[in-house]
Amino acid sequence: MKKGVMRPGHVQIRVLDMGEAVKHYTELLGMIETDRDDQGRVYLKAWTEVDKFSLVLREADEPGCDFMGFKVVDEDTLVTLEKDLVAYGVEVEQVPAEELKDCGRRVRFTVPSGHAFELYADKKYTGKWGVSSVNPEAWPRGLQGMKAVRFDHCLFYGPELAAVYDIFVNVLGFDLAEQVLDPEGTRIAQFLTVSMKEHDIAFIHHEEKGKFHHASFFLETWEDVLRAADLISMTDTSIDIGPTRHGLTHGKTIYFFDPSGNRNEVFCGGDYFYPDHKPVTWQAEQLGKAIFYHDRVLNERFLTVLT
Amino acid sequence: MAGFQVFNRTTGDHFTCQEGQSVLKAMEQLGMKCVPVGCRGGGCGFCKIRVLEGDFECGKMSKAHAPPEAVEKGEVLACRIYPRTDLIIECVPLPEAALAKQTTTKPLR
Repeated sequence: MKKGVMRPGHVQIRVLDMGEAVKHYTELLGMIETDRDDQGRVYLKAWTEVDKFSLVLREADEPGCDFMGFKVVDEDTLVTLEKDLVAYGVEVEQVPAEELKDCGRRVRFTVPSGHAFELYADKKYTGKWGVSSVNPEAWPRGLQGMKAVRFDHCLFYGPELAAVYDIFVNVLGFDLAEQVLDPEGTRIAQFLTVSMKEHDIAFIHHEEKGKFHHASFFLETWEDVLRAADLISMTDTSIDIGPTRHGLTHGKTIYFFDPSGNRNEVFCGGDYFYPDHKPVTWQAEQLGKAIFYHDRVLNERFLTVLT
Repeated sequence: MAGFQVFNRTTGDHFTCQEGQSVLKAMEQLGMKCVPVGCRGGGCGFCKIRVLEGDFECGKMSKAHAPPEAVEKGEVLACRIYPRTDLIIECVPLPEAALAKQTTTKPLR
């Protein structure tokens, strides 16, 4: 049941070296730097995104994800969802407007898996990069590297998936699109959506709290994924696995790492979701095929290498 | 022959590492697997080793996996060290959480 959460809006990622990170996300992924702030953070967006930024990089001595933010439809919705979170027993923190440049106030909360999330209603609308909103051309010239279309979703690793499910589904109005169940019926992976996409956010069970598996960026075609793989080799970028297809969501994908060891995905395709769809279930016994549809064997690194 | 010799005391493997090349990259290029390979970016801690003998330069590493007091003792990430002399290294056990996960990660074909 939709409650006014609209879409993933941003993710703030910690990097060890800002220069290397900016080069990776701009020259390889093809994102566009839109601003920097007095904390030294760098703001980026993918070209089809209408708001000013979707990725914020912060230099730190430990990589990982600071938080992921979701945009809600308006301020009234933000007020309501904040009340709902508090009523549900979730502690919320107020982050004032302009703490991130050109972004309105944010309501931040940490879920039992140890991950921080934010809701916000306003961010500066800058329009798609390089194309007009009137009689727009198909795509802008001058894009670099993989030409990422948009920031799409994140996958987090942590414990207490059932409690996390309750907050996202019952309070924030997400739907469960796909899941992995172990033989006892315990959910060990949950793919949640607020849109027609198969996932806007996903969680996989892991004992340690607050781990970051990847941030994912959308490409249009399988040819684009193959070209991304070529670019990964050309730049001697650390590859994880792919190009291949997932069983879960059926997306076509490749995984690699940024220079600080944060995992990135670029992918295309995948199934769609309407609210009348029942969750797709993968059995844990088939986890190899669920994650890597072609190999049908788990890649140890994919399950254990996290930031 | 140019480069530096790296000897892994835990596994008995040895390989050559070129100047300016990371220990992990040298190992991977030779198709060897005597140190676990993770993100290759100093972030995940998978390739932690202990350097017993030799000098090296260090790139940036996550403080979570290579805090300064560990680096003092030669506990570093193989993806981020660049030998200046021949090295003798040994493997450092992975954290328990990673090991527990590994033992459940069997091929499921």
